Amino acid sequence: MHRIRIGSGAGYSGDRIEPAIDLAERGGLDYLVFECLAERTIALAQQARQRDPAGGYDPLLTVRMTAVLGACRRNGVRLITNMGAANPLGAAEATRAVARSLGLDGLRIAAVTGDDVLAAARELDVALEDGGTLRGLGDRVISANAYIGAGPIVEALAAHADVVITGRAADPALFLAPMVHEFGWRMDDWDALGRGTMAGHLLECAGQVTGGYFADPGVKDVPELARLGFPIGEILADGTLLLTKLPETGGCVTPATVKEQLLYEIHDPARYYQPDVVADFSAARVEGDGPDRVRVHGGRGAARTGLLKLSIGYIDSCIGEGQISYAGPGAVERGRLALEIVRDRLALTGVRAEELRFDLIGLDALHGDRRSRGHTPYEVRLRVAGRTATLEEAARIGNEVETLYTNGPAGGGGAWKSAREIVAVASALLPESAVRTTVTLLEA
Amino acid sequence: MKLRDIAHARSGDKGNISNISVIALDETDYPFLAEHLTAQSVATHFQGIVTGTVTRYELPTLGALNFVLTGALGGGVTRSLALDAHGKALSSALLDLELPNRNRQNNQHGGERP
Repeated sequence: MHRIRIGSGAGYSGDRIEPAIDLAERGGLDYLVFECLAERTIALAQQARQRDPAGGYDPLLTVRMTAVLGACRRNGVRLITNMGAANPLGAAEATRAVARSLGLDGLRIAAVTGDDVLAAARELDVALEDGGTLRGLGDRVISANAYIGAGPIVEALAAHADVVITGRAADPALFLAPMVHEFGWRMDDWDALGRGTMAGHLLECAGQVTGGYFADPGVKDVPELARLGFPIGEILADGTLLLTKLPETGGCVTPATVKEQLLYEIHDPARYYQPDVVADFSAARVEGDGPDRVRVHGGRGAARTGLLKLSIGYIDSCIGEGQISYAGPGAVERGRLALEIVRDRLALTGVRAEELRFDLIGLDALHGDRRSRGHTPYEVRLRVAGRTATLEEAARIGNEVETLYTNGPAGGGGAWKSAREIVAVASALLPESAVRTTVTLLEA
Repeated sequence: MKLRDIAHARSGDKGNISNISVIALDETDYPFLAEHLTAQSVATHFQGIVTGTVTRYELPTLGALNFVLTGALGGGVTRSLALDAHGKALSSALLDLELPNRNRQNNQHGGERP
């Protein structure tokens, strides 16, 4: 095959579904990829699986599969996703149930497992990136998942899977795998793998490359954002990428939208560490190739490190928060008085917080007060947040904001409070030899 | 002149590290950007917000710079008390940075631009 078309159907777990349906129906695609796992999602999914052993996969999996599988089958589009989260096999079974209910007999669904490496990570007592080791987190650890590469997805495609479901795979690997499968790239052709990774990186956040997260009225205008379409990547056998979107969808694909996404969440652009390759975007070229069509080339790669990144989920602490608004003349002064009252009451009542934060939204909540000096906002919203050891303690913070209704300055309105347990994520590295992946095929 | 007059930007997050790409709206402005938007000027702009280091990467083929800011996200996206735990709005804060007037600058260099 000399070129393939890959559509991106989701950039995160809760993403819109309409653009994916549109792509499945009229995208002329070979592959449709749904990237749905943020850093912390898999730890939360592991908690969900502990509550329900059949769960732990993406909560929208059934909705998404029901929406697109029929069109994918009709149009010969193969689907790749990390919606398996903490339970790829469970997700594959749920997908088979959807396929059967839609009458898609014979649909082949592959589950990729092996990214759950908690046992191996414990045995090796891996060092955490920010200091300490896994053992130091004690019984607070929920999960440890390795970012696996394209290999097992390629294996599933070679076994004629129509749908491939993974857990924690590197996001660009979901896109790199079909390129490796179709073009027969060797897994030590570093430049090809680097270019494929670059294409995958550009596609993985879906609407963020077609004009989503881009508009700045008067400077960067984007047409019809409400109907924002998702991207299609046409990839040539040498790894050159042509990025586009469907006609009659909102958004835009321009060199500017592509450059913003190319550098999104990148540190050293010459060393983008991936399980299959160290990709190098430092000499990338991005050129317009007609309306809503951009050519990207110049990616390179170097040998992979042999180490896989681990994402370790653990119960960190609890956060309690409260908010209330003030408006009109003297709003800022009343907001400041309210903050002082809450600060004093938290001390007077002995609320045990490791860390507290006092903000006036509209004045200083995002970047401190230096930038808003000299402006008097019409309204401000007080926000107090604190870190505690227990949920009970966290709840006391929001309560002290709520009591401002009858015990604080004049005119406070719209009080809101929350208390939540925080699952945080730590990073570590694990030798790839400690990870064994398995592909399991189901048939509808 | 504000940075927003000649560039656009996007923030990304990983752990307690934020990266902010700054891309020239017109690629011919890249040398001006590279000269005036230094790691030091970005660090100064984010004083009080970024507790760690600022590293700058240059991407001349894209007309872009990439800034990596450590200690920028209140201890890390997943545990920060901040309203914007991801630091998504940091890109907009950076676009507020004042640059020397480019017209005067260009006149000094021979006035090759209007």
